[in-house]
Amino acid sequence: MIWFAVGLIVIAAVAWGFRFAGQAATRQAPYFRDMPFGVAYGYILAVVALVWLVWAYVQGHSADPLVANKFFFLRIAVEGFIICATVAWLFRLAGRSIGTAWSRKMFRAMPLTAAFGILMILIYAFVAIFAPWLAPYGQEQIIPGVAANIVPGGDPALGGDPAFPFGTDQIGRDILSRLIYGAQNTVGIAFATTLLAFFLGGTFGFLAATLGGWLDQVLSRAVDVLMAIPSLIFALLLMTIASVWAPRVGIPLTVFMVLIIAVIDSTRVFRLARAVGQNIVVMDYIEAAKLRGEGMGYLVFKEILPNATAPLLAEFGLRFCFVFLTIAALSFLGVGIQPPLADWGTMVRDLGSFVNYAQFAPLAATAPLLAAGAIAMLTVAVNFVVDWMLQRSSGLKE
Amino acid sequence: MTETLLKMRGVKLEGRSDEVWTPIINGVDLTLAKGEVLGLIGESGAGKSTLGLAAMGYTRDGVRISGGSVEFDGIDLLTASAAVKRGLLGKRIAYVAQSAAASFNPAHKLIDQHVEGPVQHHVMSRAESMADGIELYAKLRLPDPESIGFRYPHQVSGGQLQRAMTAMAMSCRPDLIIFDEPTTALDVTTQIEVLAAIRDIVEQFNTAAIYITHDLAVVAQMADRIKVLLRGDEVETADTRTMLAAPTQEYTKSLWAVRSFQRPVKPSVSTGAVPVVSLQKVDAAYGKVPVLHDISFDMHEGRTVAVVGESGSGKSTAARCITGLLPPSDGQILLDGQVLPPDYRKRSKDQLRQVQMIYQMADTALNPRMSIGQIIARPVHFYLGLTGSAKRKRVHQLLEQIELEPSEYYNRLPSELSGGQKQRIGIARALAAEPKFIICDEVTSALDQLVAEGILRLLAKLQDDLKLTYMFITHDLATVRAIADEVVVMKDGHVVEQGPKDTMFKPPHDPYTELLLSSVPEMDPDWLTNLLAERGVDNIGDAALDKM
Repeated sequence: MIWFAVGLIVIAAVAWGFRFAGQAATRQAPYFRDMPFGVAYGYILAVVALVWLVWAYVQGHSADPLVANKFFFLRIAVEGFIICATVAWLFRLAGRSIGTAWSRKMFRAMPLTAAFGILMILIYAFVAIFAPWLAPYGQEQIIPGVAANIVPGGDPALGGDPAFPFGTDQIGRDILSRLIYGAQNTVGIAFATTLLAFFLGGTFGFLAATLGGWLDQVLSRAVDVLMAIPSLIFALLLMTIASVWAPRVGIPLTVFMVLIIAVIDSTRVFRLARAVGQNIVVMDYIEAAKLRGEGMGYLVFKEILPNATAPLLAEFGLRFCFVFLTIAALSFLGVGIQPPLADWGTMVRDLGSFVNYAQFAPLAATAPLLAAGAIAMLTVAVNFVVDWMLQRSSGLKE
Repeated sequence: MTETLLKMRGVKLEGRSDEVWTPIINGVDLTLAKGEVLGLIGESGAGKSTLGLAAMGYTRDGVRISGGSVEFDGIDLLTASAAVKRGLLGKRIAYVAQSAAASFNPAHKLIDQHVEGPVQHHVMSRAESMADGIELYAKLRLPDPESIGFRYPHQVSGGQLQRAMTAMAMSCRPDLIIFDEPTTALDVTTQIEVLAAIRDIVEQFNTAAIYITHDLAVVAQMADRIKVLLRGDEVETADTRTMLAAPTQEYTKSLWAVRSFQRPVKPSVSTGAVPVVSLQKVDAAYGKVPVLHDISFDMHEGRTVAVVGESGSGKSTAARCITGLLPPSDGQILLDGQVLPPDYRKRSKDQLRQVQMIYQMADTALNPRMSIGQIIARPVHFYLGLTGSAKRKRVHQLLEQIELEPSEYYNRLPSELSGGQKQRIGIARALAAEPKFIICDEVTSALDQLVAEGILRLLAKLQDDLKLTYMFITHDLATVRAIADEVVVMKDGHVVEQGPKDTMFKPPHDPYTELLLSSVPEMDPDWLTNLLAERGVDNIGDAALDKM
């Protein structure tokens, strides 16, 4: 603790010296002269952090496994970051030189984060669609003669198997195949659920904003009631009821899950759509359309919706991730996607205890992190793309 | 020789749009002596506000000073350190913004915001500054100066707020104040008292000022010298009187000439003719608050009826009653002698088509996500059922009518148009319905004078071609003089006076009409002085209204 404080003080002193040296060297250039101390401090702190990162990365390659293991995940993160950035850069480069004039122009103005996001979403979509052809094994297939809990990495010296680069799970199923099928199940269901939530919430939200009056009151109060119940517990309750019903009506439980999560999440969308809609319906062009005698459908879909896309898109990115996590949570609790169907949430739960080995056997601990990483990567990618779209649409207004 | 206070040499400013720096001001010189008032005029986009801010060594986000020098009392503001500038701004240089309502913090009392500057700059203690503030309020003729500072911004009127802001700018007794359109958002009667107050206090403390405005008549009252800007370049600078009497440049002359547009007088309406729209004893209320009381007037074919009044007089509410957005609580509205259903939802498509509206803010009146072609095509398709090439042809025809090249504008978005062009699209959308009657709600008040004149001429031409009837809502009497055939004066929801334009502009008047008419600034630099001498200092603005 004392060393931490000393470190901060040393950084402060160096920062002061840095600013002073800058002022002296540039003969009081405005940039150094007006530099607040906090900015100088930030520069030095960033340099220190960068030096530590490089040092830690080198440590990760140490011959001594005890040292290398300590920095294993940091090493993976740094390498992953560099690989992702390079691939995204190449993807953008390709986009800039191939395709129509319109798409080339789009790629030229695209930040690297958005390129990464688009590439990731494309890969996920491709994997989800072609899962049966891509996956080397079936998602529920227990391969005879193969041990359970093979470590990812495919290095026999560390307990891996080259035939199973991502290892096998606790009952000997191929994790790679399950990840690939998981894309189909988890992403597909989450996407369908989010779309449905937006359709419901958006439609009712805009209707409430446009019509106002008692309809607005009824809808808003109903939504308030739904929102007052903790969503996960509510979903759990409804899922339990549905799991009794589903076999009787002969409809798969997954359909109920999609409906239940969509309805619960649509309350949040409703709130947003109503708030955004209320700002739009007071515009003169809405009044002009009303006075023209336009119907409700035209008002909502032609006049209001195009002007509400930006905040709704942002919400879509976020909501998609939340739905995703809700499905994972429900699966984790045992009422979501039912085994043996592969689902990333379930996979994290099943292999979760391996994280405890992170200190001395980092490869074993990566097994549950693969599915978690798949979730995280998609979440980040979706948000990158949404951010970029928002920036583009707000740029249009200028 | 008077001492120079502010010296700007070859100031260049650039603004950032679409990742490119484009010039806003291309090298303007500006010199200001102590105690001198310089009027800075030009259309919107001329860069006058940007230049005004640059005089403080300040730029808005996305704007940079790319060249020249700004010297304030011997201090170079462009190279001065942030600390030096902090010491100057607020203390020796102050700024009064256009919208006082948006510039005051709504969560603090006026006096608390007033004392911030002096206390921060160690000019006065809090108590001293408060006492001084009350004195300034009295000097600016704010009612009840002892206690008005203890109100919140929303508790005082717009004109009072603008004066409170001037008092705040004065709090450190600065050497220079920059007024950025301080009266543009105010009614004429309120404008006078702010103008008089500003002029007095600037004279009294011998403060130098840069007065930015687009209203020539206002600048004529306030400034010693006038500088005209056009698209970032100086057009000319001269003493106010010289400039008004003999402008040398073509552009300045054209600015001066705007106010001369006037339509020929039309023959009076034959008795017995059925009015296109007729309001008969209309009362209306927002909830329980009555807004209109017993409003009756007629509008005849091919004529323009100007409805004049200050904000809150109920003129826009009358329009809302006619369109059916606000069903009247009593009385009725006739279209071609037929009673219109009070609620627009109960009107037939044809009745809706006959009554069209053009809005004040073209920005909010056009859907920003639709192209110009789509905006105009919608009523064409909706009312007349035209589709395909017939629809397209009609839209082209309409664009030609509003004097915009169809091939160039058809696919553009509203954001790619200037303010005047947007207003023209608003007109085209109204025309597309082929109406008989158009309500023009302050259509020119958000526009520059030259652009506004173009819109007025267009409206006049369309009226002659298409036999349109206009209800022209405005607070600007110059516009009324230019375009109206008949005038209706409204105040507090009552019709004060109505009649043909000629008789309305000639005495004898109703006292309120008289007040309105005499409050319109004139180009004569002595106008304000004479008016104040005539009415007495305490009989302007709110005070004059209260006495009625």
